[in-house]
Amino acid sequence: MSDAVKAAAPRRSSFWGDTLHRVVRNRAAVAGGIVVAVFFVVALFAPVLAPFDPLKGRLGARLQAPSTAHWLGTDELGRDVLSRVLYGARITVRIQLAAVGLALAVGAALGLIAGYVGRWVDQLIMRFMDILMAFPGIFLALAIIAALGTGLGNVIIAAGIFLVPQFARVVRASVLTLKDMEFVQAARALGQGDLPIVVRYLLPNSLAPIIVQTSLRMATVLLTASGLSFLGLGVQPPSPEWGAMLSNARSYMITAPHVAMIPGLAIALVVLGFNLLGDGLRDSLDPRLRE
Amino acid sequence: MIAYITRRLLLIVPVLLGVSIGSFALLHLVPGDPAMILAGQEATEEVLARIRHEHGLDRPLPAQFAVYLGHALRGNLGISIQSRQPVATLIAERFPFTLRLAFLAILVSAVLGVVAGVIAATRRNSMIDLAALLASLVGISLPIFWLGLLMMLVFSVRLQWFPAGGHGTAAHLVLPALVLGASSSAVIARMTRASMLEVLRQDYVRTARAKGLRERIVIYRHSLKNAMIPILTVFGLEFGYNLGGAVLTETVFSLPGIGRLIVEGIFARDYPVVQGSMLVVATTFVLVNLLTDVAYAFFDPRIRYE
Repeated sequence: MSDAVKAAAPRRSSFWGDTLHRVVRNRAAVAGGIVVAVFFVVALFAPVLAPFDPLKGRLGARLQAPSTAHWLGTDELGRDVLSRVLYGARITVRIQLAAVGLALAVGAALGLIAGYVGRWVDQLIMRFMDILMAFPGIFLALAIIAALGTGLGNVIIAAGIFLVPQFARVVRASVLTLKDMEFVQAARALGQGDLPIVVRYLLPNSLAPIIVQTSLRMATVLLTASGLSFLGLGVQPPSPEWGAMLSNARSYMITAPHVAMIPGLAIALVVLGFNLLGDGLRDSLDPRLRE
Repeated sequence: MIAYITRRLLLIVPVLLGVSIGSFALLHLVPGDPAMILAGQEATEEVLARIRHEHGLDRPLPAQFAVYLGHALRGNLGISIQSRQPVATLIAERFPFTLRLAFLAILVSAVLGVVAGVIAATRRNSMIDLAALLASLVGISLPIFWLGLLMMLVFSVRLQWFPAGGHGTAAHLVLPALVLGASSSAVIARMTRASMLEVLRQDYVRTARAKGLRERIVIYRHSLKNAMIPILTVFGLEFGYNLGGAVLTETVFSLPGIGRLIVEGIFARDYPVVQGSMLVVATTFVLVNLLTDVAYAFFDPRIRYE
């Protein structure tokens, strides 16, 4: 091989290696990734990091401004706001993972079936998705809460079902493009069955859009779930869920605004982190956007 | 065009049917006896029997649904358990308020979003572009209810420019519309930027520049007009999402919209109110999306032949 050819040959040929390189070069993805990583660490180690019990307050220390003892002040029952926010991350992660996991499992399965089988099965599944999407924004989650009642488990179901159509659409679109590609046709010509084709070829090649969706939807779930809790229809007090904290703190907003502002800031920061990460991943994973 | 509209109309029939099945099913998905839910826990067996008969709960489910649908099509959405008023009347009182709020929010986001998007696209990769990009990311990440409280704290409590809640005058709607429009502005700004960049690459824009037209005319008359077509669809979608966001905005600012009606209905276990409101909101959303698609096909003839 001449030197010229060697120089022209790409150094990396693996898709994921190439992608990782581009993700790292993408500043938005790195910034979002750092926020998300810190968030996961906080959720995991909240009991170690929190200086106080999130549920026990001292009535003598109500609605205190931030101080050296209570870095972020205390709430209306004298509970340490910092400890509550740190513990709140645990609840948030649990809701996010469970709801996105649910949406991903159901949505990806439906999308795969719709895209691969096609015809009336596709029509049936996608019309059903249309019905779920006919309830704008938080309304579908509200309807589910109306039927099932409040509480952590029902919030997870409500926030998860809300996202099923999003995953189904993304996976279906991906399968529709892949289905007619030569390597899938070749597998079929070689006598591979439907299940191996789906599991071995279609699913792995749909991973890029699924990963992007997962990151973006972790943000959506947090907004939906904390919104439900803010309305009093989600996770209930005294749980330190961020939306519920904010809802409680509304009554003291004029005398102690920090109690309401801090959980909101936590939500905004984590949502921004997942959005930055998702956006960055999309730019890095989408082959059409490569220079 | 007619064929396209017909096809699009036929497509919404199963969706609307599904939506009405969903709202009908709500009462039956709630654990417990629907008659007891409607009459209250303390109801005697005679009252329950009467309720069952009045609401047709003693008939098979498909027959019940047929009655429900028939009533709904004639504008009868049942009677509120709490206020004993027709649900349709309650919705007619509250829904226009939410529609107005969602419309104002779209107006806010149309102005903010399109201006920011055009500036960002024409000065691609400049500091302004970067700032607009960051602002739009922050815009879609802020929880509506938190932004609402923050604005209230700054503009109502501290600066006292606007009332903190309630309704009646135009001043009462300024903060809610800004809060509700924030995330739509962000989405529309991003869409406008992307669409403008696409159009600015087209040959007819180069031609316009080559024949010596002023940049202002090239941007606003030749490019923006064409770039607006895909942005139109986003307006429609965002209007629908604003109906959803209105639930939170109305709670923060204590506004008498349909979002509050639903939330209060859920708290009071007033299922006819919840069912009726869900049905009306979802139908509105589906119709707005239909109108948007038709408008899209009208402005962009390429769509119709796909």
